[in-house]
Amino acid sequence: MRGLEHRGLAHAEGPIIIAQRRETAGFGELVAVYGRDGVRRVGRVVDTSDKAVAIQLFSANTGLSLDDTRMEYLGRPLELRVGPDLLGRVFDGLGQSADGYPEILSSEFRDVNGSPINPAARVYPRDFIQTGVSAIDGLNTLIRGQKLPIFSGNGLPHNRLAAQIVRQAKILSSNSSSGATGAEPFAIVFAGMGIKYDVARFFVDAFEKSGVLSRVVMFLSLADSPTIERLVTPRSALTAAEYLAYERNMHVLVVLTDMTNYCEALREVSAARGEVPSRKGYPGYLYSDLASLYERAGRIEGSTGSITQIPILSMPNDDVTNPIPDLTGYITEGQIVVDREMSQKGLYPPIAVLPSLSRLMKDGIGPGMTRDDHKDVSSQLFAAYARVKSVRNLAAIIGEEELSALDKNYLRFGERFETDFVGQSEDEDRSIAETLDIGWRLLALLPRDELLRVSKAMIEKYLPKGE
Amino acid sequence: MIKGRITRVSGPVVVAEGLGGAGLYDVVEVGSAGLSGEIIRIDASGATIQVYEENTGMKPGEPVISLGKPLSVALGPGLLGKIYDGTQRPLEELKAASGSFIKAGVKGEPLSMDKKWPFVPALKAGEAVGPGTLLGTVQETQLTVHRVMAPPFTKSGKATRVAPAGDYTLRDTIVETDAGETLRLAHDWPARLARPARRRLPPTEPLLTGLRVIDILFPMSKGGAAAVPGAFGTGKTMTQHALAKYCDADIIVYVGCGERGNEMTEVLTEFPHLVDPRTGRSIMERTILVANTSNMPVAAREVSIYTGITIAEYYRDMGYDVAVMADSTSRWAEALRELSGRLEEMPAEEGFPAYLPTRLAEFYERGGRVETLGGAPGSVSIIGAVSPPGGDFSEPVTQHTKRFIRCFWGLDKDLAYARHYPAISWIDSYSEYADELAEWWDRKEPAWREVRLKALELLKREQRLEQIVRLIGPDALPDEQRLVLITADLIKNGFLQQSSFDPIDRYCPPEKQVLLIKAIMEFHRRAEAAIKGGAPLPKIVALPIRERLSRLKNEVPNDKLDELRGIEAEIAAVFEELQRQYRAEVSR
Repeated sequence: MRGLEHRGLAHAEGPIIIAQRRETAGFGELVAVYGRDGVRRVGRVVDTSDKAVAIQLFSANTGLSLDDTRMEYLGRPLELRVGPDLLGRVFDGLGQSADGYPEILSSEFRDVNGSPINPAARVYPRDFIQTGVSAIDGLNTLIRGQKLPIFSGNGLPHNRLAAQIVRQAKILSSNSSSGATGAEPFAIVFAGMGIKYDVARFFVDAFEKSGVLSRVVMFLSLADSPTIERLVTPRSALTAAEYLAYERNMHVLVVLTDMTNYCEALREVSAARGEVPSRKGYPGYLYSDLASLYERAGRIEGSTGSITQIPILSMPNDDVTNPIPDLTGYITEGQIVVDREMSQKGLYPPIAVLPSLSRLMKDGIGPGMTRDDHKDVSSQLFAAYARVKSVRNLAAIIGEEELSALDKNYLRFGERFETDFVGQSEDEDRSIAETLDIGWRLLALLPRDELLRVSKAMIEKYLPKGE
Repeated sequence: MIKGRITRVSGPVVVAEGLGGAGLYDVVEVGSAGLSGEIIRIDASGATIQVYEENTGMKPGEPVISLGKPLSVALGPGLLGKIYDGTQRPLEELKAASGSFIKAGVKGEPLSMDKKWPFVPALKAGEAVGPGTLLGTVQETQLTVHRVMAPPFTKSGKATRVAPAGDYTLRDTIVETDAGETLRLAHDWPARLARPARRRLPPTEPLLTGLRVIDILFPMSKGGAAAVPGAFGTGKTMTQHALAKYCDADIIVYVGCGERGNEMTEVLTEFPHLVDPRTGRSIMERTILVANTSNMPVAAREVSIYTGITIAEYYRDMGYDVAVMADSTSRWAEALRELSGRLEEMPAEEGFPAYLPTRLAEFYERGGRVETLGGAPGSVSIIGAVSPPGGDFSEPVTQHTKRFIRCFWGLDKDLAYARHYPAISWIDSYSEYADELAEWWDRKEPAWREVRLKALELLKREQRLEQIVRLIGPDALPDEQRLVLITADLIKNGFLQQSSFDPIDRYCPPEKQVLLIKAIMEFHRRAEAAIKGGAPLPKIVALPIRERLSRLKNEVPNDKLDELRGIEAEIAAVFEELQRQYRAEVSR
């Protein structure tokens, strides 16, 4: 009950403390915990029974003693104060002001855990977002309301790519851009989990340069903050995003970085609770837990706003079968894979085209949305580039000279595809028509009877002649 | 009604005391909010309950009420075209009640109790009524006649009153018997209990899907069980959607179990506009959706599969062929694992409970072709998607599933990377139904049996040759073997690859499938003979007929198959011409 304090713990280990039951605590209820130093920590009830209450702390546990710890049960779940004033502000992972200004002026609160969206109330996402990056627009198209993560590794330019997407993203139909001139209201929500200060600084600079800083809400739980605060950070951010999108009708782009740090915090807490681990020590509910974040994207009936998610995760050891990218890929609507080998070749953006995927692409491209040849061109580029990969493997064994003329053709196509189509500079903003035209120029390098994925009509219409 | 009291709350698992009189798997109302739950364990210290709704804020001391009956599915007219959550709460009605987000404690009737249905009786007073007796019919949709049957637990007797033809709600009594039964248009059935049938029938009829790689190479039968395993992004859901759209079942039950919300929305937005190629009606009219997406409560995910299969069995009992798509059974197994962990059970492989294979077997065995209690044949086909972690097929769910299914469509990552859809691998996949279905095809398209084996054999040979090619390159092979590679490419591009967005090719009628593969195999036979006769391979590769064969699938409309019937003669002519040219060159 609010205002009533209870004293004394039975057990304290890691982020979990166990209190003897003095009054009834509700499951998931928020608890304020005061140590002998009088500092207020926040925790959440994770198990409650007639005899004891287990509380998971979101902040440091140093200095908590069995006798002197006091707890106040707050009778409500962890909530975020929401209002239009969120824009332009910086918060910590728990949603408390972190930029030196007072809390925002609002008496509206939202449970950070949210509620599942009714599948019958969703609006299927179809609006094409032009990011100006050919490898994304042409082959793995981003759709408004999609959740499209970036799978990357340490030392790869995923942050630059994410910043470029945020900077250049625009909707073609209404011709509004994410720049301040845009007609439709938009916002960017940024959640930093366990990232270094420099990374956070990089994003702030990037937002500032493109003049959108006043429309950004940041939730930062940097590397030096307590690990478990990261468990709340994305939830605070998505609660803010849901408020802005569904109640204020804004188009919200959410950047979550780095999901790997989030999952590791989850594993830490799970281990402290003595749960049965599944793969690589992660808890069995990692899938459901990640889904409770990623599924908070999309569009719903009765609101013109949308939430588009770009989670960034660094794959431990560049291994895509690691549980974090693996389970993420099963939940999100595709993935953009950043590749170390391409990066080492000096290519930017080093997007590995083949394992990347956009599941919502099929319904957002084509005549009236992008261009009538989009489906054919992308399918043909995929097929041809997949062939390039196997030709390269062969060339590595028998030598390039021994290849057939056709295979040599494919090798040339592969080189040009990587430099001309995938490769572009960090400030190059290509329109979708430019992207597709480059695609056709590359397809012209191949014999016509290899182009089986494009219809004859499209070949007549778009294939450059006389080459 | 038995009342107890909560003693512990740990996520969706709640322990309560004072429920000694309640049975295992009884439905309970938990807490002051009255959330729905199910008793899953009873011992001296109390009853363990899994809660189907989000239970944040629930406290020890709150009440628990047992309703004294197991978790049941409401069965009756009005199911078709509906979308439910895992415990059969109607999602459209929940939206009206609580808005775009699902709030805990919101209730909704699975079937409208007030809607009137036009009932036509099929029996007269004085006639015998027992389990499965046809009482009458209701036109449920334009397409589907809902046969109202006496439920399986009906006591046998004679009808004392039969309602005359007219409009009735689900509350109205339709038939009364001298055994004391009052039968209505709808009844409840326990979700975890298989509905009985008279006997099982062999699966001798194919479930035609319009997908060539399935119908020709790895066929599925009505009443069969198939699994579609694949790493993320290989197209499990796309395959399931394609099957739901175009397979020739009468009723489709699509269970979205722990998957994406947008996928269910896609079905909801797309299906009403899609027309069934056989009936000309919207395919939503034959579809029922059970959606428990990944972010909805995990206990309800566990039960969603049973809700789906119970509905399927109900339509089977009317004599229909029903297909159940379960996407994904791995998420269901993970729900089992999560709940098992909360119950502190001893884990077996990878943290999954030891009873995982038993549960999987129980589920897949609820499929099958049967003679119903009413005497008609009916079937439930099950197609389960499997999502193996890291795409590794050796993990427990894939391995155990393989024991209980007979049709395996393994999805291949490399095919998906090259956007070759459906990415069903012709190396890993198999179908044990092929032999049982051969007789059906003998009657319909006698060439099926032979051409299928030839195509499979050729693809096998190509795979072996590929291993050599990877080391020495294709040019080092003799012409005959290089021809195998060329024909295999033709099969892949012109036959196996099938775009679900192509206006013509997304559905391929069985006759066309056989004509296409026959044409390609005929090309191979002729080319082989030509090579034996000394014709050089580059000449054969340069033949324009090769590109034509690749494009036939989406250039010949499905209603103009006569164009295809001439193709074999055309191939023959092309090769004779080639032979003539070649002989002329040699003699010169």
